[in-house]
Amino acid sequence: MSAVTTPARQDTGGTSAKTLNRIVIYGLLALFALFYLMPLFVMLVTSFKTMDEIQNGNMLALPRAPTFEPWLKAWGETCVGLTCAGIKGYFWNSIKMVVPAVLISTLLGALNGYVLTKWRFRGHTLVFGLMLFACFIPFQSVLLPMATILGSLSRFGVTLQNATGFSFGLGNPTVNLVFVHVVYGLGFTTLFFRNYYEAFPTELIKAAQVDGASFFQIFRRIMLPNSMPIFVVTVIYQFTNIWNDFLFASAYAGTGDAMPMTVALNNVVNTSTGVVEYNVNMAAAMIAALPTLLVYVVAGRYFVRGLMAGAVKG
Amino acid sequence: MSTVAETSMTLTPEHDTRPSASVRSRLQDALPKIVLAPSFAATVVFVYGFILWTIYLSFTNSKTFPSYAITGPRAYQRLWRWTFESDPPSSWYTSITNMGIFGFLYIFICLALGLFLAILLDQKIRGEGVLRPIYLYPMALSFIVTGVAWKWFLDPGLGLEQTLHQWGWTSFHFDWIKNKDFVIYTVVIAGVWQASGFIMAMFLAGLRGIDGEIMKAAQIDGATTFQLYRRIVIPLLRPVFLSAFIVLAHLAIKSYDLVVALTSGGPGGSAWLPSNFMYEYTFKRNEMAVGSASAVIMLMTITAIIVPYLYSELREKPR
Repeated sequence: MSAVTTPARQDTGGTSAKTLNRIVIYGLLALFALFYLMPLFVMLVTSFKTMDEIQNGNMLALPRAPTFEPWLKAWGETCVGLTCAGIKGYFWNSIKMVVPAVLISTLLGALNGYVLTKWRFRGHTLVFGLMLFACFIPFQSVLLPMATILGSLSRFGVTLQNATGFSFGLGNPTVNLVFVHVVYGLGFTTLFFRNYYEAFPTELIKAAQVDGASFFQIFRRIMLPNSMPIFVVTVIYQFTNIWNDFLFASAYAGTGDAMPMTVALNNVVNTSTGVVEYNVNMAAAMIAALPTLLVYVVAGRYFVRGLMAGAVKG
Repeated sequence: MSTVAETSMTLTPEHDTRPSASVRSRLQDALPKIVLAPSFAATVVFVYGFILWTIYLSFTNSKTFPSYAITGPRAYQRLWRWTFESDPPSSWYTSITNMGIFGFLYIFICLALGLFLAILLDQKIRGEGVLRPIYLYPMALSFIVTGVAWKWFLDPGLGLEQTLHQWGWTSFHFDWIKNKDFVIYTVVIAGVWQASGFIMAMFLAGLRGIDGEIMKAAQIDGATTFQLYRRIVIPLLRPVFLSAFIVLAHLAIKSYDLVVALTSGGPGGSAWLPSNFMYEYTFKRNEMAVGSASAVIMLMTITAIIVPYLYSELREKPR
């Protein structure tokens, strides 16, 4: 073991033993890279194969005649439950849910972080502690009461609909999911901004106050222009989490036309009727994974930073 | 930070221009609290209020619909009885046994693999910028996608087993995903695949934060590489171990989607974790009180891990 991990900091003594070390290290690293890439690779090549090739060919072989058909079928034709109109509708459901939920929770988190660092009051640690703990609860412990409340709200929405002709979004599964994700995302967004603003020089706020700037003026003119990095981190974090959520999605929009992408994908894959079209399943999974993968490729640095901030507090 | 100074200069003093109304200034004083109030209220009601509601339900006789007459700890008694019903195993026995196996292996392998990869990557590797994102990207995928990918990969008729058969290793046999005694280990494999890269990134950040002088001094003193890591580096990484442990423990207890997507619960529910048990009993088997009781037990477990951690984190730096 000690021979394998010679630190590169030691620049002296270049021998053949050292070369061997390097080969072993690079070999191990490459092996693990294969381990991490394999499932994605298999998913990708399978989604471009015909069913015939899947049944008779090798899982790891490249498609002999790449076809885009499975992707088109997954997007526009495959069956989710009893409706066979592809997953495109569910993809848009997810977008319609994710965008407002991310924006609202991020903005609220920024304001909360600002108050909790720059406008402190007695008991601010307790308030923050309570919000922080909320990040860690297993959502199973709030799942049922929320279902009950959302159920009542939707009945109230029907009453409103009958009385005024407009339900004000009550009972709409997408609105419900936005609400749920904002409420249970607040802890994290507040945490991110609080930790970021903690390091922000309080003297500047004091000076602006002396100049007569109001609470919101300071927030808009001083805090916001300097919050770009943490905004990116928070938006990416929330986007990934909410897009990937399955528990809330299946509990509150598990059936019907409003289900988000993750639930639809699970339904596509676990459909027991008819011939299982693996290539279409894989294409559907790729489509479900693309938005978050894209975010990761474009802004991986911020993605990692967000995960770290969620993990390492203080 | 020069932009900060500039922007603050442009702020116009406004309080001189209008008469000082005490109501207005009191409103200004209360404004921060007013801004924070909705979020805090939402947390109190929808997190803590709902937790109390769940606890309440767990002491009732709720079946398909919530009932609000307290009937005592019957749900807990049933869970307790099921805890020891191992032949044939009750779903609760299966769930908590699986939780133990999954939790231990998932946390242990992720920590070991993460640390190992971080140390390897910290050896001034050419192409680190390519390797790191490859190790880490699974974290961006949803558990559902991970489950779908691994379900395919581990399927005996289509995936790894068939591939090796085609390559001539016809005696190779790997059907864990269809085997009720081993299906939980496939959940471990997929879970480790997803999270270990992230743990690697945490350890790598920790390694990069270690003062190079300490390492140099140890090397001058003649420490071998192995000693260097065992005696100096790993002890210095203790806070990272703690954070990583908290993250993994929390992910493990919350794991629900992965089991659903990868195994659909496994043969006869043999891959269930407590989170799956809760969902099934509450929403599908019309045993709301039992489901709530299991949710309370999950919450207690997480609380026991998280609260001491948060307490020390918040206490550590009194500001």
